[in-house]
Amino acid sequence: MSVLLDKDTRVVVSGVTGSEGTFHTRRNIAYGTNVVAGVTPGKGGQRAVDDKVPVFDTVAEAVQKEGANASLIFVPARFAADSIVEAVDAGCSLVVCITEGIPTRDMAEVYPYVRAKGVALIGPNCPGLISPGKANMGIIPGEITGPGPIGLISRSGTLTYQVMYEMFSGGVGQSTCVGIGGDPIVGSNFIDMLARFQADPETDAIVLIGEIGGDEEEKAAAYISEHVTKPVTAYIAGFTAPEGKRMGHAGAIVSGSKGTAKAKKETFESFGIRVGTNPTETAELAVKSLG
Amino acid sequence: MDLTEYQGKQVFREFGIPVPEGKPASSPAKAQQIAEKLGGTVVVKAQVKVGGRGKAGGVKLAQTPAETAEVAKQIIGMDIKGHMVRQVLIERAGDIAAEYYASFMLDRGAKAYLGMCSAKGGMDIEQVAAEEPDYLAKVHIDPLVGIKQFHLNEMMSFGKIPREHQKAVGGLLEKLFRCFVGADAALVEVNPLVMTSAGDAIALDAKVSLDENALYRHPEFTKLVDNRDLPKQERAAKDLGLGNFVALDGYVGVIGNGAGLTMSTLDVVAEAGGKPANFLDIGGGANAEVMANAIGVILSDRKVKSLMVNIFGGITRGDEVAKGILAAIDKLGDVKVPIVVRLDGTNAEEGRAILQKANHPKIVPAATMLDAAAKAVELAKKRRAS
Repeated sequence: MSVLLDKDTRVVVSGVTGSEGTFHTRRNIAYGTNVVAGVTPGKGGQRAVDDKVPVFDTVAEAVQKEGANASLIFVPARFAADSIVEAVDAGCSLVVCITEGIPTRDMAEVYPYVRAKGVALIGPNCPGLISPGKANMGIIPGEITGPGPIGLISRSGTLTYQVMYEMFSGGVGQSTCVGIGGDPIVGSNFIDMLARFQADPETDAIVLIGEIGGDEEEKAAAYISEHVTKPVTAYIAGFTAPEGKRMGHAGAIVSGSKGTAKAKKETFESFGIRVGTNPTETAELAVKSLG
Repeated sequence: MDLTEYQGKQVFREFGIPVPEGKPASSPAKAQQIAEKLGGTVVVKAQVKVGGRGKAGGVKLAQTPAETAEVAKQIIGMDIKGHMVRQVLIERAGDIAAEYYASFMLDRGAKAYLGMCSAKGGMDIEQVAAEEPDYLAKVHIDPLVGIKQFHLNEMMSFGKIPREHQKAVGGLLEKLFRCFVGADAALVEVNPLVMTSAGDAIALDAKVSLDENALYRHPEFTKLVDNRDLPKQERAAKDLGLGNFVALDGYVGVIGNGAGLTMSTLDVVAEAGGKPANFLDIGGGANAEVMANAIGVILSDRKVKSLMVNIFGGITRGDEVAKGILAAIDKLGDVKVPIVVRLDGTNAEEGRAILQKANHPKIVPAATMLDAAAKAVELAKKRRAS
């Protein structure tokens, strides 16, 4: 199977009857994703998304009755942390939370709980993940790419689309693309995904897209040098970002000398990892890294 | 969301953290009135959301109400590191037996809360960390467990707080943690935390930053929202619901969708030899109205000589973007600034067709992101030269 998601993954969508939930679930189903259920408390028994998806009041029922094993969350920010824990307790092994604007305290409390249960949480504030040609969980536009040997991990959404699109325009698709999210606390980090791509027989090379703020890129660089034998190409956004200004993502802020794009680039290069200067060059380097 | 000192102390009071008696004033007359009520010597403190105000002359003692008015007059209107002082806090001056440091924040790397404490208070904590790390306690607290007595003991013991002050300081630390969690703060910092000769621990200063995403849980804090400190253009953007705007000092305007792509757009503009004038991420699913507002805000800056619109549609649709660009041009009338547009992703073809049909002389289509950056920089330079 691909990394985390393939045709057999049985998806339950929380917030399926909301406008975002309906719109993207429809697109995910059209892509071939196996969406088996939806959840909206109080609307159990209805059918949603052009009558294609049975709705339940709880994720637990969706797991019992439809065998759901992966959760996709579109519920509003104030209820999203609740939905993450609900999906974990119901037995989902993969939880993808698209919702933006979840209070940091909620994620600070949810994170250790989810990690202790061994569940893979992607997001929040992320575009989701796609295994091109197989399945799509989230809001990544599937039509811009196709299957191929490159695994992609990113803190960004649209920047990820840009790089996927440039690689595919160059004739090379992806095994899986994962947007891990731009919040200060996200469920999965670069290292979690690097380990999965390293172990994935369908992935031959890896692209890592980072941005200013935090030190996850630096940790990833050290991990790559010790544990990843597949070629890795990196890209960092935010060279022109001034100190102390938040660049859109809650996590994207340079504080003092920490978290600058320059420092991250230098760390990658010190470990012998190629860094593209722009999305186009990054895509070209990645394609070339296949040999 | 950063609070001023007096706002932070309001929040502290709600959680039972002792702070000096005092009130804010925005005029010398009001300052004098407050000083009269307090009686005795007072401290007049500039209320700005930036550090180093003491060194800049923004904190002064006054012996009498008349002197308070005089000092307030000097401080109000002062410019401290680009921040205009609109208010001063008038507080009763107390005796200080010792000055310590305490804070709680989220440690992103550790995914846990971090409590810090030091016997070296009243100075820049980064300096303590660099020069006297033995005096700075850093203790992680699991968010699911919360603060326990041993955390407090570790903070005080490693921070070298003298034993005779530990009971009082520990009590304040615990309340400070309750405040950090209860108020959904990103940061609570007390520097200095002072001991009085009577043995009481008091928060002499307050630095509080709140999580904007959690404001719905604290309707009482919405009155603390104050955008007056922001530069004019950022305020205008905020008023239009464009929260992800940052003004920069260049001349190529930038609009993108998604934080990462927009940051990357700034970088390619710089790489093409230009200087970006701003960061503006219109977010996911922006419609024509949002796009039109975004263009309006950027073109209000006279420094902007060209504008690069870089959209990769996921939820955002290319046709809506195109309609927004045309609507903005309609509304603004005589647009002199060339707008270089690069559209890909959802409904990009429809969007490109709409722009082509409009055939406006100021709209310059670009096939790729790099092509758009090159064109935007070239056009801006031409207009700068002319």
